[in-house]
Amino acid sequence: MKTAVIRFPASNCDRDAAVALETVTGRPTQIIWHRDTSLPDDIDFVVIPGGFSYGDYLRSGAIAARSPIVKDIIRRAEKGLPVAGFCNGFQILTEAGLLPGALMRNKNLKFVCRPEKLIVQTNNSRFTSKYAAKSEVIYPVAHHDGNYFADDATLNRIEKNGQVLFRYANNPNGSLRDIAGIVNEAGNVFGMMPHPERATDPVHGGTDGLDFFKSIIESI
Amino acid sequence: MAKKTLTAKKTSEITPEIVAEHGLSADEYQIILDRLGREPNINELGIFSVMWSEHCSYKSSRRHLAKFLTEGKRVIQGPGENAGVIDIDDGDAIIFKMESHNHPSYIEPYQGAATGVGGIMRDVFTMGARPIALMNALRFGEPGHWKTKQLVNGVVAGIGGYGNCVGVPTVGGETNFHKGYNGNILVNAMCVGLARTDNVFYSAAKGVGNPIFYVGSKTGRDGIHGATMASAEFDDDSDEKRPTVQVGDPFTEKLLIEACLELMATDAIIAIQDMGAAGLTSSSIEMADKGGVGIALDLDKVPQREEGMTPYEMMLSESQERMLMVIKPGKEQLAFDVFEKWELDVAQIGKTTDTGRLVLKHKDKKVCDIPIAPLADDAPNYDRPHVETSKRKVIKAADVYETQDYNDALIKIITSPNIASKRWIWEQYDRHVMTDTVDSSQSGGDAAIVRIHGSNKAVAITTDCTPRYVEADPYEGGKQVVAETWRNLTCVGAEPIAITDCLNFGNPERPEIMGQFVGAIKGMNEACRAFDYPVVSGNVSLYNETNGQAIPPTPAVGGVGLISNLNHFATLKGAKDGDTLILIGETTGWLGASIYLSEIQSREDGAPPPVDLAAEKRNGDYVRTLIRNRRVHAVHDCSDGGLAITACEMAFASDIGVHLSGATSGPTHGWLFGEDQGRYLLAVEKHSVNPIMSTAQGKGITAHIVGTVGGGRIKADGAFDVSLQGLRERHEAWLPDLMSSTDEKAAE
Repeated sequence: MKTAVIRFPASNCDRDAAVALETVTGRPTQIIWHRDTSLPDDIDFVVIPGGFSYGDYLRSGAIAARSPIVKDIIRRAEKGLPVAGFCNGFQILTEAGLLPGALMRNKNLKFVCRPEKLIVQTNNSRFTSKYAAKSEVIYPVAHHDGNYFADDATLNRIEKNGQVLFRYANNPNGSLRDIAGIVNEAGNVFGMMPHPERATDPVHGGTDGLDFFKSIIESI
Repeated sequence: MAKKTLTAKKTSEITPEIVAEHGLSADEYQIILDRLGREPNINELGIFSVMWSEHCSYKSSRRHLAKFLTEGKRVIQGPGENAGVIDIDDGDAIIFKMESHNHPSYIEPYQGAATGVGGIMRDVFTMGARPIALMNALRFGEPGHWKTKQLVNGVVAGIGGYGNCVGVPTVGGETNFHKGYNGNILVNAMCVGLARTDNVFYSAAKGVGNPIFYVGSKTGRDGIHGATMASAEFDDDSDEKRPTVQVGDPFTEKLLIEACLELMATDAIIAIQDMGAAGLTSSSIEMADKGGVGIALDLDKVPQREEGMTPYEMMLSESQERMLMVIKPGKEQLAFDVFEKWELDVAQIGKTTDTGRLVLKHKDKKVCDIPIAPLADDAPNYDRPHVETSKRKVIKAADVYETQDYNDALIKIITSPNIASKRWIWEQYDRHVMTDTVDSSQSGGDAAIVRIHGSNKAVAITTDCTPRYVEADPYEGGKQVVAETWRNLTCVGAEPIAITDCLNFGNPERPEIMGQFVGAIKGMNEACRAFDYPVVSGNVSLYNETNGQAIPPTPAVGGVGLISNLNHFATLKGAKDGDTLILIGETTGWLGASIYLSEIQSREDGAPPPVDLAAEKRNGDYVRTLIRNRRVHAVHDCSDGGLAITACEMAFASDIGVHLSGATSGPTHGWLFGEDQGRYLLAVEKHSVNPIMSTAQGKGITAHIVGTVGGGRIKADGAFDVSLQGLRERHEAWLPDLMSSTDEKAAE
């Protein structure tokens, strides 16, 4: 089992993601530099962490989505490599076209940081198999641009396909249909604004995020 | 500002007006003439003016700061470096400091606050520490003042915008509102960093002929004369000073942190100093002065954001996110490689010399050549006249109007500006990034708790000041400020180690202001000595006045303590059904200078509660022992608003009701709302009550059983009885209501 976390300039949850992965896998996680042009061949799971890659200049995630390493992530993801992006990672995945929709500025225009109750929509996915369907979990959110948007046709399509894996119980940012986390049609690329890696240690106030990581790790 | 006339002039012709525009007195200018033996040119004058500004030279405060206790068994570095350094065992060091950014934040709240956060982080990582926590202490004008909401919005967004992006959690702080800050808000930011004791970096340049590196952002025309602005009062035209406020870029700061820490892991750096106030001038002079060397810089090599910048502008620019380093000869390429990897500007701009002089070259011309010693060591050091603040009358509780409706009084106080929940503020700060936050503003606790990464120990951090006490009696108030931080650290079970301070006062040239300053320091220092709790860093912010109206004296203190084992700590959120409430410490019902008096009676008079340092120490040491022996479920410092508010806050955090009973003697309002010091409210299991009470008695510590935990009501016998949920909703609603109100409503 080999996992990797991508580091962009001003990623700031890279260490947090690596710690969570190491907690669950019991093995070291590799940190990959954004200028690298390819992922190691034997990587099994890649996390694009939260942060403010490139200072959120232009649009959150827009510049990172065009970096050398993301080109290879796109190529590998299309061949089935599991990839997850949290917070800025979700923004990068939508900007890179690996996930549908976009993340706009929060509805109240303010940054929001709080533990947020989410409802697991389905456990019929590689990322949620360890949860009971419709169970409630608490992951912290911390973002300024987490307002999920897509056109109606797209929303209807991803709902129909079962691609919506998490919804907010108390929508903190104006996301359409309370969407917190989605997976691509093939089921191997996942993105969400909340931070499962911030709920993996009793010190965090809860460990609801552990089953997220266990789900995907055990699926490999 | 002076800029228009100054940048145009090329040499000398220093008129008295130009000297005055630089904030230098005629006497100070005469010293410059004597030391140089000639007239300075405009670059040299600019350099003297910023180095001798109050902000950089501490000319009014130096002799008083020298009295502070600055040494202790855990102190590795006290005041005088970029930040203080303490030992927290196992080869770990905590590096921390608090600093003001008041003047810029009033003029331009977002950028002022943001760059305040950026500046304090640089002070900490300059010394080799990874920043692990941010705190702040904010004072705004009255909620209804026309400018307050805009300032709150901007400052909070600025603090969040910077800290969130850099990825350092903002874990706590305090916010006050008072009309005394209507024309001059206070934004004090604190940063705590983690380093190894054997890898701390200092600013003293060493050796001759060693390369000087400039790294980080390019130099622009922003912030020129910021230090001088911060050393003057405001008037109605202060908005014109907006161009002196710097603009922050947290993205570059984040890269700078990573790049510096990467280079610090090698042996390439001899000395390092961030370019803060007075930019390139103060960083180069401080490094040279501390190392006893000279410095020669070629200004053409300085990375510049704009074309045609003059030496004067380059030396006085306060562009952010810049560092100056002395690199070991032979390690130049390593330094270039690291900074280029992180896509930062890097340039070798000069060398250390043996001349003891600062020599600047620009376009092949020598544009400055001055001795360094007078700039730093011989800066003015004034003994400003000061008069002691006259003592106020002690007010007895029996002489204070007793409310006829305690439910109403409780609600008024719980929704008053300084007691109401500040959730609207701290939810805009990332409190969890780095995933080591154990407790933060989220619980409303006494101190934030941040784990040392990869270990089972933690630091506790708090910021405190009660300006109304300091104003009423600077000496007692000064004692109280330090005691409250010590108490807050104790409340979570930490061993209090050291403090940083941010001394915010008015114009020191007025003897009554200087009297407040001297009195507060005396009180603070007594408390430091009583607790063996030294000052290791800090700053002084004077001239906090607008149109001659000074702020309330506000010596904010940031305290740091160590929780050596995370299996033994406490917060206020652990109270359980059936617990007994015990109040440690003596209650006399002190209502002078209290929240009750100001909110219920609209009076701000009376002497503040005295602080008995011996009792404070005794009580605190006992509470800390109880926490470490796991004899308590919850602990909360009994301070603003007295026992009633303390009990409410514990109830909110623990999500369970409380029932106060068994008042001792004296009037009920004094018992419930009196602000006697040195007190702690404990929630303990029934079977622990007797041992705790009897041990307290044996130690000569006052302890009372004051109630029980349970149910969904907040009750006090013979006084109030309200629902927990309803009261919490009102406590939470005050600030969001204010911030979403229309201007008409706010102006009411």
